[in-house]
Amino acid sequence: MNARTRFLLAVVILGLLVTGPFLVTATLVWLDMKPAERDLLVQLIVPRLPLGAFLTAVGFFAGLIVVRRLFQQYVQGLLRMAEHLRMMLSANRNLRVQPEGPPEVRLLAEAANNLAEQRDARAEQVEAQIAEAKGRLEEERNRLAALMSELAQAVVVCNREGRVLLYNNRARVQLRALSSAPIGLGRSIYALLDRSQIDHALESAAERRKANKVAMASFVTATSAGHLLRVQLVPVLAGQPPEVSGYVLSIENITRNMEQEAVRDQIIHDLTEGSRGSLAVIRAAVTNLADYPDMEALERERFVAIANGEAAKMGHKLEATLERFAGSLKSRWPLEDALGVDIVAAAARRVEDKVGLPTRLEQVDDTIWIRVDSYALIFAIAFVAERLKEHYNIRDLRLRLGAEGRYACLDLVWMGSNVSPETFYAWELEAMQAGGDSTPMTLRDVIERHGGEFWCQREKAAFEACFRLMLPMATPDMASDLPEMAGEGRPEYYDFDLFAQAGGGIDLDRPLAELTYSVFDTETTGLEPSNGDEIIQIGAVRIVNGRLLRQETYDQLIDPQRAIRPESVAIHGIDDAMLQGQPVARVALPAFHSFCAETVLVGHNAAFDMRFLQLKEADIGVAFTMPVLDTLLLSAVLHPAQESHRLEAIAERLGVGIEVRHRALEDAMATGEIFLKLLPLLAENGVVTLRQALEASRQTYLARVKY
Amino acid sequence: MAHRILIADDEPNIVVSLEFVLGREGFVVAAARDGDEALRQVAAFKPDVLLLDIMMPKKSGYEVCEALRADPALAGLVVVMLTAKGRDAEVARGLAIGADAYITKPFSNKELVARIKSLLEQRS
Repeated sequence: MNARTRFLLAVVILGLLVTGPFLVTATLVWLDMKPAERDLLVQLIVPRLPLGAFLTAVGFFAGLIVVRRLFQQYVQGLLRMAEHLRMMLSANRNLRVQPEGPPEVRLLAEAANNLAEQRDARAEQVEAQIAEAKGRLEEERNRLAALMSELAQAVVVCNREGRVLLYNNRARVQLRALSSAPIGLGRSIYALLDRSQIDHALESAAERRKANKVAMASFVTATSAGHLLRVQLVPVLAGQPPEVSGYVLSIENITRNMEQEAVRDQIIHDLTEGSRGSLAVIRAAVTNLADYPDMEALERERFVAIANGEAAKMGHKLEATLERFAGSLKSRWPLEDALGVDIVAAAARRVEDKVGLPTRLEQVDDTIWIRVDSYALIFAIAFVAERLKEHYNIRDLRLRLGAEGRYACLDLVWMGSNVSPETFYAWELEAMQAGGDSTPMTLRDVIERHGGEFWCQREKAAFEACFRLMLPMATPDMASDLPEMAGEGRPEYYDFDLFAQAGGGIDLDRPLAELTYSVFDTETTGLEPSNGDEIIQIGAVRIVNGRLLRQETYDQLIDPQRAIRPESVAIHGIDDAMLQGQPVARVALPAFHSFCAETVLVGHNAAFDMRFLQLKEADIGVAFTMPVLDTLLLSAVLHPAQESHRLEAIAERLGVGIEVRHRALEDAMATGEIFLKLLPLLAENGVVTLRQALEASRQTYLARVKY
Repeated sequence: MAHRILIADDEPNIVVSLEFVLGREGFVVAAARDGDEALRQVAAFKPDVLLLDIMMPKKSGYEVCEALRADPALAGLVVVMLTAKGRDAEVARGLAIGADAYITKPFSNKELVARIKSLLEQRS
């Protein structure tokens, strides 16, 4: 019953209550009267009836107006206010109740407004706090991510199930050497490292933790290419009581260390066992000479010759060993590979700043790499520069860097006389000081640590002298040629939200937003797979936890072993020449298959691409059986009225930019962005899980189109 | 009767010195230059003592020692391993496969002679 009906009912009841007693009384009086009295009453009343009726009607209408007014002001006014308040609660927080109507209602409106203001102030405060905390968290994460990506160590963080939550560029490079399986967020680390080794390391770490030692463990594993990796595992503990929620792996390539160890072992072996035999010969011969002075001259000569010959042999052997292993004898010190020009430039800056001696570079070979302790070396150069300035009053210094055999020559050249040998030896053995800094190291220490040599020589030019520092050259290692990360801004190598995500397989009833996708596209020799057309390019990119991971991509040209149709070349611009030397499908497609293992495939007009892939399955030995979503169909599900569901048209509708069309990877990226924009729209239409999305796609009429 | 000693070593210079000193000490001495020859000489020359180098061509000293120890008729033969290998593990291996003594190169001639004599005394 609405308010108006209730009001009308109230008016009727009121009317009845007011007139009822009067009518009852009148009826009773009428029934009690004698006929003569009744006639008299009729005569008295009837002529005056219009006046009475008129006054009654006036009274009734006046009452009606008053009641109606009260109704409007109190009942309807309050109803309006209630609606307003409801809007304030949900839709529009800034809406306020208009204070109108009678004073009581106005008071109520004001009180409600005050309450709303109080609420808004609180909410704003809370929002500001949340925003601030979020900002701080984001900053922390970015800092961590930036730190990770710059780290020289390879680091991978996994959750309890072995899913990768974070990895850095270095890890990508190191693990690529380990296996052809790709590393990626949300992927299983067990595809790369042996699960039993990791489980064992986790157990060992747990044992250590129980014994109140640092919880960590390490193991060594070999790559298919024969490299040795040392993997160190530290568990990540969370909760109360602490439980292992994941672990951090740091991976180090120890192949080189092992080789150096082996070289050292060889040296030690050569110098001990190798020498023992010779020493035994010499000793036996010499003892005979000493013990039996009575021996014949011929015998004596023979033993002397043996001793001499063996001593010479031993000398040669030592020489040869030193020659062969000169580099490795010193390399136990933690030296790093550095570009020579960087060290020289840093040394020049240091000499100018700390020693106050003008210094410039001349003839610096910028291709030279050296193995250095850069701090010690630069300190040593500054020390020599300061000594030269103090004792020989030199005005300026020039630095040169060149190569000589396996060594780099760093020359310090100055105008003036040579340093005398006595001075030189004194400098060599004193604790170094330069520009107010000091160190217990001597120049000799630094030189020996580097396995180098250092001396003073005259220059060819008159009045010039030079210190020459010879240092072993280095072969630059992986550090220098790490591929640059694609894209700018925040690195996408981590996703801590995966800590909470369990299990690997694809659950059809999981929400779309939580699944991992491989968005892909292919370019082909032509449009007829059943007529011999082949894939020539596949590009794919991953979506994990609702983020398009632009760095986790697959981009591969494929040799189709047939000619490309000219009309196709016009579309994608890939010609036969570009495909020479590229892998064939039997090699490339299994790699693509492992790239998208355990994910949902997403493509635009995916049926076309899938047809090509499925025709190859028998040949390549793997089947693409993962669920497939098609952005074309999903777009048709959402906007059945739209005429075009071409990639460009959808991109334009959703505000997604495509850089280059018809390159597999670029198209895949655009498709991925479109897919991410479609997800919330699908959710609004009740398509939330993968099962629902597949079903909706199936029902869309376009799904029936066969290629 | 003079004891007979067989020196098995591929290094001729050490053999020369040992032949000389052991000859002067009154032993009858013969030499072998590799493992196979050592085994043949043990049969032919019938030594009381075998000075056995480990790193030899054809058969290593370990192999020779094991072959000899497998023959019960040669139980009385004193085997002294003589080698540049000096790690504890190698000493242990030599003694485990039946060598009577293990002498590391370089050694003193006097010590070697004294050792041989004491081993022969223990035997008789």
